[in-house]
Amino acid sequence: MIQRREFLAAPVGGVTAALAGCTGGDGGEKAAILEETLTLTTTTSTYDTGLLDVVNAAFEDRYGVDVDAVALGTGAALETARSGDSDVVLVHARSLEDAFIREGYGVNRRDLMFNDFAVVGPEDDPAGIDGMDEVTAAFRAIAETESTFISRGDDSGTHAKELAIWDEAGVEPGGEWYRVAGSGMGEVLTQANQTPGYTLADRGSYRSHGSGLDISIRVEGPIEGGPELLANPYGIVAVNPAVHENVNYDLAMSYIGFITSRAGQEIIEEYTVGGEQLFFPESVSGDPNFQQYVPGDWTPDDE
Amino acid sequence: MIELVSSVVPVGGGFTPLVVDFPFERNYVESIIYVSLYVSLTAVLLGTLVSLPIAILVGFSQFPGKGFVVALINTGMGFPSVVVGLVVLFAVSNQGPLGTFDLVFTTEAMIMSQFVLATPVITGVSLAAVTSVEDGVRDAAYAMGGTRLDVALVTIKEARFGIATGILAGLGRAISEVGSVLIVGGNIVSADGTSVTRTLTTAIQLEARQGRFELAMILGAILVTLVLLINGIVLRLGGGRV
Repeated sequence: MIQRREFLAAPVGGVTAALAGCTGGDGGEKAAILEETLTLTTTTSTYDTGLLDVVNAAFEDRYGVDVDAVALGTGAALETARSGDSDVVLVHARSLEDAFIREGYGVNRRDLMFNDFAVVGPEDDPAGIDGMDEVTAAFRAIAETESTFISRGDDSGTHAKELAIWDEAGVEPGGEWYRVAGSGMGEVLTQANQTPGYTLADRGSYRSHGSGLDISIRVEGPIEGGPELLANPYGIVAVNPAVHENVNYDLAMSYIGFITSRAGQEIIEEYTVGGEQLFFPESVSGDPNFQQYVPGDWTPDDE
Repeated sequence: MIELVSSVVPVGGGFTPLVVDFPFERNYVESIIYVSLYVSLTAVLLGTLVSLPIAILVGFSQFPGKGFVVALINTGMGFPSVVVGLVVLFAVSNQGPLGTFDLVFTTEAMIMSQFVLATPVITGVSLAAVTSVEDGVRDAAYAMGGTRLDVALVTIKEARFGIATGILAGLGRAISEVGSVLIVGGNIVSADGTSVTRTLTTAIQLEARQGRFELAMILGAILVTLVLLINGIVLRLGGGRV
């Protein structure tokens, strides 16, 4: 096993020399050793927190290839992969990933890491949900008091989770208090802060949001002892080369191999914003978890 | 709770690690300016090459349906950039007609969409300029024995400020739009912080999305300054009297 320090230092001779000629800025000469580019479509939460900058820099150092990371919502990231415009997807909505795999677009899914969601809201807490143990009860309270709630409404992983919680809570959200923003997490946090209102946010985006937010966490996720329903697992899936022969499957698998390796997982583990760890790696495990490779509800009888 | 970003001076105390992490480095800013200029100037150059012949041809001739052509050009001036971005994305996507060229998320695709956005503006304004050259000027050119080409050249010379304005308007449209370049370009930066398809506008959008409004404002100021500079240069080259 190569320790991270060594592995970052090792390629200095070869790779850096190869890269040195490529930083001139003229678009034609960007390729390095393999003269290939990996296109990764991912969610705004991994991108905006800055995690991917660190992971991709290490990957590029090691493999001498460029990673083009495109930050979209989970739905859009998978849709881009469906049309063969990306090689690998890193997303966080298991149900959408499962559909993606079932339709044959994705292969070799791995559990990558997790963090959690939290319900954030204004200081005066009009719905009185502060410190609740059950997020479904908190959502019901928001609906009953008709306190403003801002929904992502963009088919993202967070949006999917929010809808699942409403479903679980037995509430059909609607009415003037329920606002559908159709925007990314950062924008929705800004809106929730300005309005003010409640929203469901992933911990990473909430922590790394740049402007001083007055809204704070009202219902904690499982990392801080909150309900398991607020867990936020991330998965990584390669695009099936049998469906799109143009995709760079080799490189996609190299990327998956790297990010799920000890070295990659250590980078995730060590990544902090404001002194706080944002993502918790879960790829390297002695206990086999076969469900990570197949759709969540798959059984051998499915065939 | 994350502290409010109070300043963007690169050195100094009192920063959260967030600010230090932010790749607001020289290389980063320079490369997004480079990509912005490269994409928009190329698109406008190509657009101008296509626009001027069309403007002159339409401006000089009378034919049935001319009104319709002019209306079409004027409609093109108002194309929503996100729609253009979507259409170009469909064209260059691996499923689309240009899929084999692997253009999605490249500067070439961004040039294509900005070309579609800028060309009608350049054509429309140039056409108006050409049309507004007084008939007397043309008549005089004819009377002095000029060929059709001579007359065209004289007209262009007379209309040059209007044409320059058209080109600048096209450039303004191209460099300030965010909808299409975000869709077809993907707002990509390589891991060393060099822009691949990130422009000033998409960088501003990204900062705003993350709530870093001050940084977004600074990039906005850079963009405005840049457009101002280009305007100054073009007008100076064009003779100054506008």
